[in-house]
Amino acid sequence: MSYLESNLKTVPTGLRKVLYLNYPLIFLLTAVSCAGFLMLYSVAGGDMTTWAEPQMKRFAIGMLAMLVVGFTPIWFWRNTAGVAYFIALLLLVAVDLFGAIGMGAQRWLEVGPVRIQPSELMKIALVMLLAAYYDWLPVEKVSRPLWVLIPVVLILLPTFLVLEQPDLGTAVMLVLGGGFVMFAAGVSLWYFGTVIALVVALVFGVLESRGTNWQLLHDYQFKRIDTFLDPTEDPLGAGYNITQAQIALGSGGWAGRGFMQGTQSRLNFLPEKHTDFIFTTLAEEFGFVGAFGLLMLYAAIIGFSIYAALINKDRFSSLLTLGVAGTFFFFFAINMAMVMGLMPVVGVPLPLVSYGGTQMMILLSAFGLVQSANVHRPR
Amino acid sequence: MKKTEKNVRASRSSITRRGLMLGVAQAGIIGVLAMRMRKMQLEQADDYRLLAEGNSVKIRLIPPARGLIYDRNGVLLAGNEQNYRVTITREDAGDVDAVLADLRRLLPVSDDAAADVMTEIRRQPPHAPVTVADRLSWEEFSRVAVNAPALPGVSPEVGLSRNYPHGTDFAHVLGYVGPVSDYDLSQIENPDPLLRIPKFQIGKTGVEAKMEEVLRGRSGQRRVEVNSAGREMRELGRKEGEPGVNLQLTLDTRLQNFAHERLKGESAAAVVMDVTNGDILAITSVPSFDPNLFVRGISSTDYRSLMEDDHRPLADKSVQGLYPPGSTYKIVTALAALEAGVIGPEDTVRCPGYIEVGGRRFHCWKHSGHGRVNVIQSLEQSCDVFYYEVAQKVGIDKISAMAKRMGVGVRHDLPMSAVAEGVAPTKAWKQERYGKDWRIGDTINSSIGQGYVLASPLQLAVMVSRLASGKAVKPRLIRSMDGVEVPVPEPEPLGLEEAWLDHVRKGMIAVVNGAHGTAGKAKIVLSEWKMAGKTGTSQVRNISAAERARGVISNNQLPWNRRDHALFVCFAPADNPKYAVSLIVEHGSGGSTTAAPIARDILLFALNDGLPPLEAYPSSQRKAVQSRFDALDLVDPDTVGTGAKSRA
Repeated sequence: MSYLESNLKTVPTGLRKVLYLNYPLIFLLTAVSCAGFLMLYSVAGGDMTTWAEPQMKRFAIGMLAMLVVGFTPIWFWRNTAGVAYFIALLLLVAVDLFGAIGMGAQRWLEVGPVRIQPSELMKIALVMLLAAYYDWLPVEKVSRPLWVLIPVVLILLPTFLVLEQPDLGTAVMLVLGGGFVMFAAGVSLWYFGTVIALVVALVFGVLESRGTNWQLLHDYQFKRIDTFLDPTEDPLGAGYNITQAQIALGSGGWAGRGFMQGTQSRLNFLPEKHTDFIFTTLAEEFGFVGAFGLLMLYAAIIGFSIYAALINKDRFSSLLTLGVAGTFFFFFAINMAMVMGLMPVVGVPLPLVSYGGTQMMILLSAFGLVQSANVHRPR
Repeated sequence: MKKTEKNVRASRSSITRRGLMLGVAQAGIIGVLAMRMRKMQLEQADDYRLLAEGNSVKIRLIPPARGLIYDRNGVLLAGNEQNYRVTITREDAGDVDAVLADLRRLLPVSDDAAADVMTEIRRQPPHAPVTVADRLSWEEFSRVAVNAPALPGVSPEVGLSRNYPHGTDFAHVLGYVGPVSDYDLSQIENPDPLLRIPKFQIGKTGVEAKMEEVLRGRSGQRRVEVNSAGREMRELGRKEGEPGVNLQLTLDTRLQNFAHERLKGESAAAVVMDVTNGDILAITSVPSFDPNLFVRGISSTDYRSLMEDDHRPLADKSVQGLYPPGSTYKIVTALAALEAGVIGPEDTVRCPGYIEVGGRRFHCWKHSGHGRVNVIQSLEQSCDVFYYEVAQKVGIDKISAMAKRMGVGVRHDLPMSAVAEGVAPTKAWKQERYGKDWRIGDTINSSIGQGYVLASPLQLAVMVSRLASGKAVKPRLIRSMDGVEVPVPEPEPLGLEEAWLDHVRKGMIAVVNGAHGTAGKAKIVLSEWKMAGKTGTSQVRNISAAERARGVISNNQLPWNRRDHALFVCFAPADNPKYAVSLIVEHGSGGSTTAAPIARDILLFALNDGLPPLEAYPSSQRKAVQSRFDALDLVDPDTVGTGAKSRA
């Protein structure tokens, strides 16, 4: 009998649930998405139909999905977490077997007219399952080796499947997202210290493996590491993306060049300007004010989510909310760090702003889970 | 129930602790991101903005319109024609093969040309337009323009290209333009960036090449924003250039055309000069070529046929061709002898038909000899022995000095290609050139314009002009630039005594008008246009003693390229000289028979400023002259260059 079950009487029911939605989060998510529409309109050269309009439709559907998920009782999600994880895992295997080829990697699965990216689904399903796992696991067992091994396997299984595609960005996201929930659940700090030490050792091993017959990464991945370390070395080749992105970003200055005035993006100097590098256009056209403003919107989303997690006495709800917030955080932090040259380019989109259907739907649905946790909080 | 309570409390405190830790860590990372933004966008903004400018703003040059070239009467000789062409850009075309195939349904493009276009497209960057078809008719051009929406990457364009409406008539003097080659660039120190524009055309030969700097003009500049592929997105600013300077030449289109037509069929050159100021009214070399072929890119078959023609159409015989001047050089020898005082105006020399010097016999052209002749008679009858004798007394160095004063053996400053210096030999020259001592026989040969002496038709024209005017006139070709007259410097006096000049002129008058004159048949009977002239026949082979013993073979029995050159120099009116003409017909056999009648027609055309009147000719020749003129295919400059005809 968990805390939630014993306090079911205090959980709002029926239409009263509307009153208990987390409205600040809805407002913030909408604001970030609107910034996205604006930028998609701009990078299309002042055209709605290319990217902005489809993105708006997905936002509308995503918001609807968020409300549906939010009104669904949180225990339903807890009970189906395993099923969600299993389905996502099957889809990942399916992608590896017969996924469409896109951008040199198998990431999409086409089901009729719908094109889905199971790796996006997995990011949330993993967080759900781990939250449910730690909700079920007695607190005193959390740091016992066997009980630590199980979530590690649950994380690594999809991670390897994603690496097969290959999609380094999602693999990193899965590990970080999963680790985030484990950390939040109170797994001993020693484990994390050990893993960090091992990762450092592994990085050296990977770099050393280059050029040998047991090479651990693809050449293009090594190339990305090279260009991260010195983008100027090959400014028109592999370092082109990052050099041009930084030029765009830096030239924005304090207030930017003005809406639709960014020369870098307007003139196609920017790569993937509507997806992974859209932040550079925003930074170029709206300057530090715009870029910092967006960062603060993201920070507020994280802040409200953590607050919601901490006031919720249900363990699953808390962990789920923290996990979703963590995943969301890694999305934008990695994307921004990447385009600002703080880390290698790994192909992570800017959440809710970059053009991409699955990403938008999944993220909004994930915040549906946060809403559900908020709505069905025993009071 | 109790256990649950306890569990919940443990979980709550753990989550709160860990949640706060995560929150702090996240806030820290967000802080790092914010710091990075601040550094890039506020501290280094100027650096990045500079980089962005360089990225996207490029300076593009606007090619100026090339200066036009007119004749002395304002007839256009070299113009810029609107050139309708069609280009294709790989970046925009997508499937280039398919687009090209569609385009070929609208335009006649040969398989070879299409293959060339494909090679060029693959060679050029994707944004660079490649010309598919050039010089289209308006119909073809509009057919492409109408269908342009269905042909991605294809763009119908209008450009300027050089056009020479008079074609062959001015090919050698004007030259032609062509695309800048790597060789051209290597020849120029600090080349104008304009020259690096692909296919930019510059003067390759003739006036076009020599006056290149003036004709080209100054390029304008456009500041354009380009995309990452280098393609122009929009224009930010524009500074217009300056078009090239328009040149007006001293040439007369109708006279040039007449001279050209009159010489047709021969391998010849003619120069017409105004003796008062040195204006060159006509300078022609035949056969010629169509310079427009070179502008458009000459086909290899056309080029080969020009190269293989034994009449050498590509060579400019008027300034570049050097010939032994033959008897026309006697003007120089006579002046040198008179000035040196080795012979007086009335002194005579006996001509027995030959002289013997150092055991060698030098023949006069008239083997029976001329008897006693003075200067005037020696010119009239072109007696060789007279010159053999006086030259030995004058010495070669004084003859050479006189030649240079008269404009032979010096390079004249004309804006034409490969203007030759010629040779007026001296003892030192031979020593330097061949490392051999000067022999007396060399002087004898030189005295009648044979041996080492070489002159161009231009130099002979200058020689006659100086004799006729008594002044050191210099040839000139540029009359005005952009409407501003090029001043004619007052010609310096020759420094020769008028009496001697007059003596030689009298001799030349006798050549045409005297009882024994060698060019008596080429007389002008209108007294106000009385002509003075000098024939010349220069050998292109040595006649050996054995051959002479057998009897010299007459010219018309020899193959064409071993026959003598025929020369004639003349001026008129004899008592108040206005124009001088020098003319050479390669392997034309005889100066009096071949060269003199043509030179007379050209001189009369210049004097009459139109077809010569029949009254100028002796009545017995008028019928023949009339039929000769009727056979000419003359062009009226008023109808040239007015669209329809030039395009045909």
